[in-house]
Amino acid sequence: MKFRSALGAMSALGLVLSASAASADTLADVKAKGSVQCGVSQGLPGFSNKDDAGTWTGLDVDLCKGVAAAVFGDANAVKFTPLSAKERFTALSSGEVDILSRNTTWTMTRDTQLGLNFAGVNYYDGQGMMVPSSLGVTNALELDGASICTNTGTTTELNITDFFRTNNMGFELVAFEKADEVVAAYDAGRCDVYTTDKSGIAAQRLKLADPSAHTILPETISKEPLGPVVRQGDDTWFNVVRWTLNCMINAEEMGVSSANVGEMASSDNPGIKRLLGTEGTFGENLGIDNAWCANIIGQVGNYGESYEANVGGSTPLKLERAGSVNALWTAGGLMYAPPIR
Amino acid sequence: MTMRTEVEREEPDAGLAALIYDPKARGFLFQAILLLAVIGFFAWILDNTVSNLASQNKKSGFGFLDESSGFQILTTLGTFLMESRPGVATYFDIFWIGVINTLAVAIVGIITATIIGFMMGIFRLSSNVILRGFATVYVELLRNIPLLLQILFFYIVVLRLLPGKREEGVSVGFLGLDLGTIPINITGFYMPFPVPSEGFGTVILAFIGSIILAWCVAWLARKRQEATGKQFPSFWAGLLIIGAITMGTYYALGGPLGWEQPEFRSEGPVLRRGYQSGVGSVIVPEFIALWLSLSLYTASFIAEIVRAGILAVPSGQTEASKALGMSNGANLRLVVIPQALRVIIPPLTSQYLNLTKNSSLAVAIAYPDIVSIFAGTALNQVGQEIEMIFMMMMVYLVISLVTSAFMNWFNDRMKLVER
Repeated sequence: MKFRSALGAMSALGLVLSASAASADTLADVKAKGSVQCGVSQGLPGFSNKDDAGTWTGLDVDLCKGVAAAVFGDANAVKFTPLSAKERFTALSSGEVDILSRNTTWTMTRDTQLGLNFAGVNYYDGQGMMVPSSLGVTNALELDGASICTNTGTTTELNITDFFRTNNMGFELVAFEKADEVVAAYDAGRCDVYTTDKSGIAAQRLKLADPSAHTILPETISKEPLGPVVRQGDDTWFNVVRWTLNCMINAEEMGVSSANVGEMASSDNPGIKRLLGTEGTFGENLGIDNAWCANIIGQVGNYGESYEANVGGSTPLKLERAGSVNALWTAGGLMYAPPIR
Repeated sequence: MTMRTEVEREEPDAGLAALIYDPKARGFLFQAILLLAVIGFFAWILDNTVSNLASQNKKSGFGFLDESSGFQILTTLGTFLMESRPGVATYFDIFWIGVINTLAVAIVGIITATIIGFMMGIFRLSSNVILRGFATVYVELLRNIPLLLQILFFYIVVLRLLPGKREEGVSVGFLGLDLGTIPINITGFYMPFPVPSEGFGTVILAFIGSIILAWCVAWLARKRQEATGKQFPSFWAGLLIIGAITMGTYYALGGPLGWEQPEFRSEGPVLRRGYQSGVGSVIVPEFIALWLSLSLYTASFIAEIVRAGILAVPSGQTEASKALGMSNGANLRLVVIPQALRVIIPPLTSQYLNLTKNSSLAVAIAYPDIVSIFAGTALNQVGQEIEMIFMMMMVYLVISLVTSAFMNWFNDRMKLVER
């Protein structure tokens, strides 16, 4: 009996040892398993949200689909893992997901201490506040003594604390794990203020019983550059994700969209030729197919298309792009991608 | 006999071979291999973790505990005791706030769950159909619904039932008689806050002294009863001693305890109306909802344990006490429960441990327990999962071991004393 249990223990040990040979080459792992595992939010309309049919849509979702299109030539070769704000970094660093594309703010601590790298910015956001119109509050400096509902495990808790401390105002913070409970508590009147990123407020306001009875205050109290995150120390994969985003932004700048990507393939413009992979070996240099960017544009669209379809003026979120920081640099915004050459 | 000849036949192979065939040595060898394998396994896990952390460029160690945290926490017992101020409190303070809040809800929950559980357990055996039916429905309903759902349900019910933030509370009236207002609204239950002034220390000393005196009286009374058989109502006498001495000292010193009343404003800007924060004391609705749901849920299990314990006492015991002329209450209190407790206590301990661990579901409804603020908010800022989750597991382990130790001690006391 003793002998047998010892053997059992040793063989179990051997199994664990052989299973642990994890590599730092995410691109190879992704190719081997045939799909990209993408960490998204638990439901934030416009960014990552599941519709009635069970399909994920949103700006963050499009980025993951773009990566899948680049690697496999198939934008649907992606699986989504809904993550709470609290779980997201652990899920990424443990390898549960390959990309974290979950309206995550790029901060120095996260970049330097969590063993993560931000592969760019796909939405420039800022923290705002929403109050019931009946309170008669018109700006954030009148909020002394307010109780505030928000999510745990986000930068919003720190920003709101900073803002109230800077202005010598008292407040009470009620922090929930899931956005749905925050909205429910705010709607029930537990708090005077709901705070999160402005895009998030616009999205969550739609869930309230009477969205028109609430005012978004004009102040933006923080910089929240949101972007996709990957594990530190895997530059090949980092490049794939970064250039997926750059491809989408460059495509918009050059006027290549999902509608005209077919005819653009015969364009004489060398910039477009490089973008679509008919000239140069840019895709191969990334370790993927040379038509990577053409696939992204054809199946997902350029950045502008993705923006308008998910968060733009014609969507329920109504986040007007023209004149905002999220416009292309050629239109006075901050969306700017290094050239493909 | 055959065994013996076999062994003897192999005896000539001296040295190593003999050791292998010696069952004792062989057993020792495999034990040693197993031990080495286990040690090796854990050493490998440790080494793997350290090298993985290093390759992920992550910080490690406990240095983060001294850093200041920079976020605010909902006013609760923890923030009050730790005097937490945003931006000043360190992560170690955050840790203690979480521990205190977890302990607070666990202790209060255990007390109420025990009371409700015992009542329901006894009701289930009652001869009164209504009581018995009520207790059965209670137990079957509450123990069969997942706890997280109950917590969320109670939270939403609490929020939806309570008056809004700008209202003073629930008015209580009876037949047109105004009995005042209960100071509760959606932001919590408001109470006066005790402000001790000079001399209050003496009152506390008098209180402790009176407890010792009451205990001495009870001890003497027991001695006398053992010697002479004369009974003495030492419980009521003790209460009287404690009450008289403590209140006597309190009033002799001129009442050295003030009460800071909560301040309610119904005038001024809308935002400023309602109870003012920092004046008086408050129990937040998150605590109330968590406490209610944990107590009611655990009570349904305790009720079944109590019922089983009582049924385990032979009915002859009850018949015997009836024959001695004991009342129903005295029979329950002096004969049945003491014997039932021996069956009840061990599973009761598990329920107490469950309640404590279940309190970690607090994160769903914004009650700042240790999982919510330390493994949630703080973990997200610091990012050192291993250290922080380890600290948290230690907290639950220590709380559970202390609870078990106490319950084991209590169980020993309740054991049948054999003469």
